[in-house]
Amino acid sequence: MSHLPILQVIIPLLAAPLCIVFNNRRIAWFVALCATWASFGVSLLIAQQVLQSGALSYDIGGWPAPWGIDYYVDSLNAFVLLIVTGISALALPYANRSVEQEIDPRSQPYFYSLLLVCLAGLLGISITGDAFNMYVFLELSSLSSYALIGMGPRRRALTAAYQYLVMGTIGATFILIGIGLLYSLTGSLNIQDISYQLHANNIIGSGNRTLLTAFAFITVGLSLKLALFPLHLWLPNAYTYAPSVITIFLASTATKVAIYMLLRFCYCVVGSESIFQLTLGQIVLLPSLAAIIVSSVVAIFQYDIKRMLAYSSIAQIGYITLGLSMSNHSGLSAAILHMFNHALMKGLLFMTMGAVSYSVGSVYLTDFRGLGRRMPFTMGAFIVGGLSLMGIPMTAGFVSKWMLVQAAIELGWWDVVILILIGSLLAVIYIWRVVETAYFNPLLELEEEEIGEAPLSLLIPMWLMVIANIYFGINSAIPVEFAQQAATLLLGGM
Amino acid sequence: MSWVGHYNYWVAIFLMMSGFYVVISRGNLIKKLIGLNVFSTSVFLLYISMGKIFGGTAPIINEHSQKFQLFSNPIPHVLILTAIVVGVATTAVGLALTVRINERYGTIEEDEIRAKDDSL
Repeated sequence: MSHLPILQVIIPLLAAPLCIVFNNRRIAWFVALCATWASFGVSLLIAQQVLQSGALSYDIGGWPAPWGIDYYVDSLNAFVLLIVTGISALALPYANRSVEQEIDPRSQPYFYSLLLVCLAGLLGISITGDAFNMYVFLELSSLSSYALIGMGPRRRALTAAYQYLVMGTIGATFILIGIGLLYSLTGSLNIQDISYQLHANNIIGSGNRTLLTAFAFITVGLSLKLALFPLHLWLPNAYTYAPSVITIFLASTATKVAIYMLLRFCYCVVGSESIFQLTLGQIVLLPSLAAIIVSSVVAIFQYDIKRMLAYSSIAQIGYITLGLSMSNHSGLSAAILHMFNHALMKGLLFMTMGAVSYSVGSVYLTDFRGLGRRMPFTMGAFIVGGLSLMGIPMTAGFVSKWMLVQAAIELGWWDVVILILIGSLLAVIYIWRVVETAYFNPLLELEEEEIGEAPLSLLIPMWLMVIANIYFGINSAIPVEFAQQAATLLLGGM
Repeated sequence: MSWVGHYNYWVAIFLMMSGFYVVISRGNLIKKLIGLNVFSTSVFLLYISMGKIFGGTAPIINEHSQKFQLFSNPIPHVLILTAIVVGVATTAVGLALTVRINERYGTIEEDEIRAKDDSL
C-alpha cells in the first residue's frame, strides 16, 4: 500500500517542531521550504495516481474505514491538495526576504513553525475522510492562523486576529454541533459511511429534522469560515493587517479549503438528489450575488489596497458559491475551477502587495504614485493579476468566469448572468484606480526618493504566478479536466 | 414528558445562547473569551448527553459480559476530550492575544481600542 496520503500531512507536521528546535531563522526557513516543496511533490504524485487509477484510500494504523480514520483522496481533494501545496511552495521562497523585514528576528522560527502547522491543518482537512478528524484539522489550521495574523507588523493585526478568533471559534463550534448531530443520527463519523447510513435507513427521504438541523449548523459554520457575504466581517481586517506572506497563503488556500468542506458535506453526505440540495442552492444563491455586488462596490472605496483586495476576495468567493448554488454539472465545475484560478490570481495580487510594502513601506493608494516607473516588474505583475481578476481572455480568471456564465445561461438565469458581468465591470474600476495612480500620477520633484524594484527573491515567485495565470488562461485543459471530473463525482455521489 | 426528559439538551441550549449573547454584547475582551468558553462548553454537554443512556454502564467485556447489555457509547466522550483540548488551546491563544493587545493599546475595552485606532 502506498503511504503517500499520510506523508502529505506528516511532512509539514514533523517539520514544524524542527523549525523551533534549530531556533535559527535561516535554518527554519530552509526546513519550511524543503517541507513545502516535499508536500508539493507528494500532492503531484497523489494527483497523478488519482487521475490514473481512481480514488486512493488509506487506513491509518491499519484500522479499516468505518471504525478507523481513513484518508480518502478522489479527484476533488487531489485538486484542492494541489492548490494548497502549490501556493505554499511558491509562497515560501517569497517568505525569506519579506518575513525578514516584517517579523521580529526572534519570532521568525516560530513563524515558520506555525506556518507549517497551518499548512498541515489545511492539508489534513482536504485529505481526511473522517468528519471529526476534519474538525480537528480545521481547528489546527485556524488556531495557527490566528497566531500568524497576530504577528503582523501593525498593532491592529492583534485586534484583527482577536476578531477572527472569536468568529472562527463560533464557526468551528457550529461545525462541531453539526457533526455531533450527524453522529447521533448515523453512529458513524466516516463521511462515506454517514452517507451510506443516511441513504440505507431512508433518513434523507423522510425529511428528518435532526439532519436538517445538522446541515444548518454545518452550513452556517462553514460559511463563517469561508467568509460568505454576511459572515465575512473577520476577513478584511485579517487580510489587511496580517504579514504579507500570511495574506498570500491564507487568501489563496484557507477559504478554498473551507469551500471544499462545504462541497464535501453538501454533495457527498446528503447526495445531490435530496431535497436539501435544492434549499441549500436557494440559501447560498442570494448571499453569493450580494457578495459579488456589495463587496465589489465596497472595494472601490478602499484606500488601503490590501484591504481593497480583501473585499475583492469576498466577491470572488461569491462567484465560487454561486457556482455551488447552481448544483448542476457546469456550475459545479466552474466553482471548482474558480477555486484554483482565484488562488492563482489572489496569490499573485497579494504577492505584488507584499513587494510594494517591502520597497515602499505601506500600500495606501497614494503610495502607488509613480510606481509604474519605479517598480515596473511588480506593477506589470499587478496588471496581469488584475486582468485575471476581471476575467479578460487569455488569463486564468476568464476561463472559470466564462464557465460560470455558461452554466447560468444553461439554467436560464439571465439576471444572474448580468450580475456576474456587473461584478467584472466593478473589478475593472477598482483595479483601474491602482493602475491609474501607478502609471499616470507622476510624483512631485520634491518627493523623488530612491525606491527601487523589489528584490529578486520576491520577483521570481511573483512572475512564476504571472506565468501560471497566463498559462492556465491559454491552456486550461488540465484544471478543467480535474474540475469536471470532481463535479461528476460530486453529482454522482461517492 | 419528553420536554422534561430532554432537560440536559435544554441546559445545553441555554448555556449556548447565553455564551453567544455574552460574546456579542460585551466589549471587554476577557469577558468575550469567557462567553466563548461557555458557548463551546455547551457543545461538550450536548455530545456527552448524546452518548449517555439511563442505567448504561461502561462498555467493558469481562467473563460476565452478558450482564452489560445496556452500555453508554464512549465515542462521543472521547471526541469531546479532543474538543476540550481544542477549547483550551483556543482560550490560550485568545488570552495571549488579549495580553498583547493590552501591551500595545493599554486597554482591553473594545470601544476604547476602536477610538485609539480611529484617532490615528
